[in-house]
Amino acid sequence: MLISQPWRRSAEAVVIPIAAILAALLIFGIFCAIAGANPFGVYGSIYKAAFGSWSAWQNTLIRAAPLMLTALCTALPARLGLVIIGNEGALVMGGLAALVVGLTVNTALPPLLVQVAMALGGIVAGGLWIMLAGALRYYRGVNETISSLLLNYIAIAFMNHLVEGPLRDPNFVTKPSSFELAQANWLGTLPATRVHFGLLYGLVACIIAYLLIQRTTFGFAARTAGGNIRAARIAGLPVGRLTLAICFLAGSCAGLAGMVEIAAVQRRINESIVSNYGYSGILVAFVSRHNPLATVLVAVMLGGILASGGILQRSHGLPDATVLVFQGIVFLCVLFSDSLYGRLSFFQEQTVVQPKGTAVA
Amino acid sequence: MSNRKRPFHLSRRQVVRGLLATTAFGLTAKLNTGCASQSGSAGTAGGSAEDLIVGFIYVGPKDDYGYNQAHAEGAAAMAANVSGIRIVEEASVPETTAVAETMRNMIEIDGAKVLFPTSFGYFDPYILELAREFPDVQFFHAGGLYQDGMPENVGSYFGYIDEAQYVAGIVAGSTSKTGRLGFVAAKPIPQVLRNINAYTLGAKSVNPEATTQVIFTGDWALPVREAEATNSMADQGIDVVTCHVDSPKVVIETAERRGIFSTGYHANQSNLAPKGYLTGAEWDWSSIYTQLGQQFTEGKTLMSGDIPNVLRGGMAEKFCKMSPYGDAVSADARSAADAAMAELNNGDPVIYAGPLKSNDGKDILPAGQNYKQTDIELEKMDYLIEGVRGSIGS
Repeated sequence: MLISQPWRRSAEAVVIPIAAILAALLIFGIFCAIAGANPFGVYGSIYKAAFGSWSAWQNTLIRAAPLMLTALCTALPARLGLVIIGNEGALVMGGLAALVVGLTVNTALPPLLVQVAMALGGIVAGGLWIMLAGALRYYRGVNETISSLLLNYIAIAFMNHLVEGPLRDPNFVTKPSSFELAQANWLGTLPATRVHFGLLYGLVACIIAYLLIQRTTFGFAARTAGGNIRAARIAGLPVGRLTLAICFLAGSCAGLAGMVEIAAVQRRINESIVSNYGYSGILVAFVSRHNPLATVLVAVMLGGILASGGILQRSHGLPDATVLVFQGIVFLCVLFSDSLYGRLSFFQEQTVVQPKGTAVA
Repeated sequence: MSNRKRPFHLSRRQVVRGLLATTAFGLTAKLNTGCASQSGSAGTAGGSAEDLIVGFIYVGPKDDYGYNQAHAEGAAAMAANVSGIRIVEEASVPETTAVAETMRNMIEIDGAKVLFPTSFGYFDPYILELAREFPDVQFFHAGGLYQDGMPENVGSYFGYIDEAQYVAGIVAGSTSKTGRLGFVAAKPIPQVLRNINAYTLGAKSVNPEATTQVIFTGDWALPVREAEATNSMADQGIDVVTCHVDSPKVVIETAERRGIFSTGYHANQSNLAPKGYLTGAEWDWSSIYTQLGQQFTEGKTLMSGDIPNVLRGGMAEKFCKMSPYGDAVSADARSAADAAMAELNNGDPVIYAGPLKSNDGKDILPAGQNYKQTDIELEKMDYLIEGVRGSIGS
């Protein structure tokens, strides 16, 4: 009878999220009908806009790329039992550091080296930024959620201060901005697409994070400390070092997202870098239950939802906030479905009564 | 990790996580306003096949009582006044790759031949890149950022709305009992400084003792700080306020609640403050977009040189206009403002005339000299004139 266990458990992990998304579509359809649009037409449009063609896929992937990286900033510390929401700040600091490196080195080195240096700059700056929240937590007992949230504001204010002062390019009048990166140092797009390299970085980072957390002793130690910090201490795990290391890795992912945004999209830093990739990343992390591989899928799903926002306005005459309603319904349904794991008897092992901790990842 | 089989039992931890995630969502929803576009729907095209499709993109909602509403009203006027034009619109598009995707979809899927991405921050790099990729599509951008060497299918249009602020300043200066005006401003950039200075000059033209207290909030949309600034102005005895922020709604409403007067900006906000709204400096995009729309249907383009790459003008060229006077505006104030407007409508108006000093004592213009409205010096403004209380140091 033990044979039945694997498929029931796997089926649970597949069926519940899909059912949640179907439920969300149903609710959203009712909303559309009330708003005066044909729900089936809307479903068709959403599909076409997000996944219906290669061009639509590219649109979706462009939006998903930064979210994969910023989501890791919440997902990794969550395995250690920390709730970090400083993604936006780490992204800004990463972008800022990458830009400063890029402007300093300029064309003194070959572009590839400059880009590597910029990426390192972003990774280190973002990592240190979140490590600060981790250190405050570990050494001083400061709530990491609040401190990382406040660090966002500090990072944004610091960036604004620099672009309005020392870094400001006086010839760029649109808004206070830094100088532009040399064109040679711009990050290009993946071959034959308009999707920038950030997507690749995101995928690689998610896979590395998954292996690190699930397949290494380091990850095991982190998960143990996340499960029960006193037990971890008694077992002799270096909880402090683990906290700092995980926070650094988390921040470095968001910092890398900032570097990509600067090097591939904006080419200079200004307030446009604060466009909520960080906060959306928190959402992605929670919905993917802090599993780095699921993060990829959820980021693509959110990218698709965002990509379909335009057609709802242009073809169906729905208000611009409709896409947010859709996003909200989908995520609330998925989050609610989280509470169903381990509670539907069909997915439970039928024979032996045996504890299974599945309710919380 | 409880495994008690209580269906739908939620642990405290799950509740906390749920709350956090919902909060995160709330933040996302409030700020992100993702929107893109897409889609292969071949069936999107309504109207006749020969209609020229014009795309409008806004950074915020179309009914924000401000910048975006002014453009959206202009777009609606273009569609209504020019036959053979169909509008596609998208609102709340952030200044990221999202706007590039939206423009691309409007071009590739809706078949738009003319785009009006209206937000300042769309210009560089997004409009410039797309313009190079689609040389047969015309891109029009509000803000006067076009420079030689940029793609010829990009056009800038820009109005001297400080003329309207000057007239609003006259009304404010005549109405104020204390002679103290307030100006809630976003950032000390030339365009904003020009409005503050013109407003003050207008007020001083009717009341030489008038002063304008300026408060910079630091960003285009900070409703809480805008309300605080307005309240603190009311506390100080300032009795007319105006603003230059993305949506004047908060400032105007707060002023009304505090029982002081206000003058508007961007669009008409009179229904937000039926008692205290005096007048306002409004964009008149309806007239500009209608003119451009007629030129499009006549086959004129930027690329052929029929439409100049840089369009500029003030009140006379119908780039801006005044909101209708409110009931609180006295007959004297009306006649003073009307006289100033007649002058502005009458070719080569001058607002900045010497002798003029900045409020930190530097000479701007000696007696007998002046800046015409078209003078490029005015677009580099980095000072506040005498009579303005406040500083631009950041």
